[in-house]
Amino acid sequence: MGVRVERTDIAGIGFRDDVITKDGARIGVLTYRDGGREVAIFSKEDPDAIAATIAVTAAEAGVLAELLSPAKTLDYLSEIGGGVSGLFTEQLSLPADSKYIDHELGSTKARTKTGVSIVAIARGSEILPSPTPEEVLLADDILVAVGTRKGLDALVAILSDPRG
Amino acid sequence: MSHEALTFVEIGAVLLALSLLSRFAVRIRQSAISFYMTFGLLLGSGSLIPLAESWEFFKLGSELGVIFLLLLMGLEYSPKELMSSLASNRKIGLMDAVFNAIPGAIAGWLMGWGLVGSLILAGVTWVSSSGVIVKMLSDLGRMSNRETPTIISVLVLEDLAMAFYLPVLSAIAVGASLIEGAYAVAIAIALVVSVLVITYFFGTKIARIFSVSNLESLIVGVAGLAILVAGIATEVNVSSAVGAFLVGIGLSGKVAAQAAKSLTPLRDFFAAIFFVYFGIQTNPADIPNVFFPALALAVVTMGTKFFTGYLAAKNAGIAMPGRWRTGLALTPRGEFSIIIASLAISAGLDASFVPLAATYMLMTIIAGPLLAKFTDTAWFKARIIARS
Repeated sequence: MGVRVERTDIAGIGFRDDVITKDGARIGVLTYRDGGREVAIFSKEDPDAIAATIAVTAAEAGVLAELLSPAKTLDYLSEIGGGVSGLFTEQLSLPADSKYIDHELGSTKARTKTGVSIVAIARGSEILPSPTPEEVLLADDILVAVGTRKGLDALVAILSDPRG
Repeated sequence: MSHEALTFVEIGAVLLALSLLSRFAVRIRQSAISFYMTFGLLLGSGSLIPLAESWEFFKLGSELGVIFLLLLMGLEYSPKELMSSLASNRKIGLMDAVFNAIPGAIAGWLMGWGLVGSLILAGVTWVSSSGVIVKMLSDLGRMSNRETPTIISVLVLEDLAMAFYLPVLSAIAVGASLIEGAYAVAIAIALVVSVLVITYFFGTKIARIFSVSNLESLIVGVAGLAILVAGIATEVNVSSAVGAFLVGIGLSGKVAAQAAKSLTPLRDFFAAIFFVYFGIQTNPADIPNVFFPALALAVVTMGTKFFTGYLAAKNAGIAMPGRWRTGLALTPRGEFSIIIASLAISAGLDASFVPLAATYMLMTIIAGPLLAKFTDTAWFKARIIARS
């Protein structure tokens, strides 16, 4: 069951961890000294070159890690909207400069304006199911929302309203 | 125009021109260094538009340029990284030195420049340009490639080797006698080793002199320490460059990271002056005479560098295409070659040395990045990958 991970230090730049899958494919994560990360998929015919690379911020890396985690704390929630046509579940992370940080969930007026229901809040490793409108939103919260595509997009726009 | 007015006008005009050249270089995806140097060629005495009043500024500025280049390079590395590179890649470092310094030494001897000239030219052909190569790898999107750590470790070892080579060279270049020379070399080696050992164990304590939260004090303080140590190092013939490099190595952790970030603009400013001043010191009229020797040297040493990189990558278990990428990426010579070549000026070497070194450097720095892109062509991929 052991997974092969190779770490290579790159002096002055950072380090790269490679995961080698059962099929022999190689996925690399380059961590720069300043915390920036790069996910690299290695090419099949040229084993040392990257076929594609995606730069991610520390926050995005956290979300990716959670999605890939076998523990899948949010997994059961994602299926709510799965079967119903036209309804989607989305995990929306609260932008760091959102004006709703430290404000009550009700102040977003999400339900009234967009018809979207916020069914849970993921906060660190904790899940708050069925939050009340009085629940105060904190930085780094992830809102699990169910609604139509249009409604979810509208909610994203509302949450992205910068402070001040 | 008064002396003062003319000085400012000259400095300002040159800096403005450098700024435009840098933008142009970025647009055509070339290193700005070669443009700065070529522009400098136009400004020397007897050239197209010789500088009249601002020599002193450019001279001092270029000396500060060396200090900042080496300080920032030192800040990039921690002593632990240097030690582990040294432990795991000694063989490659040695091979790199032998394959690439010897052609330079032979060329220096053939040109009749004696022991000092041969030693200096050996250094010029030995060291690849960390600055140009790291930027190139990042531009080509190869930072995550598996051969990149091999490329970087060759560069790190060369940079570290300079900490020993430059003091030796400076001692010999000032024409010290054998005993004085040996004495200076002993001091240099003792100094470098003790700085590495001390910072390896007490790095975090040294960094505490500076505060990350007071940016102004940090910038002025780290620059001041580097220049101070550079001065002391010059006095004991260890070369100002090495002094600054050691200060960079000595600082680590958050202080080093913040200092590197904040001092980068200052480095870019003075490094530009350093490169343009090297061009200013080169007499363009001498270039035609040394063109073919420089070309031959460039072809040979880009070949030996390619071979070094190829073998290093092979040793690291990299496949055929990656070996080619490693070899070709390492071919550009740059800032260190110029720092080494400027020692020739203080050593009072033959007048054709500096133009040869400059022409050689320009050739590798222009051809190298072009060659490195060759491995991304469909033709190369089809041929090499099909064969392996």
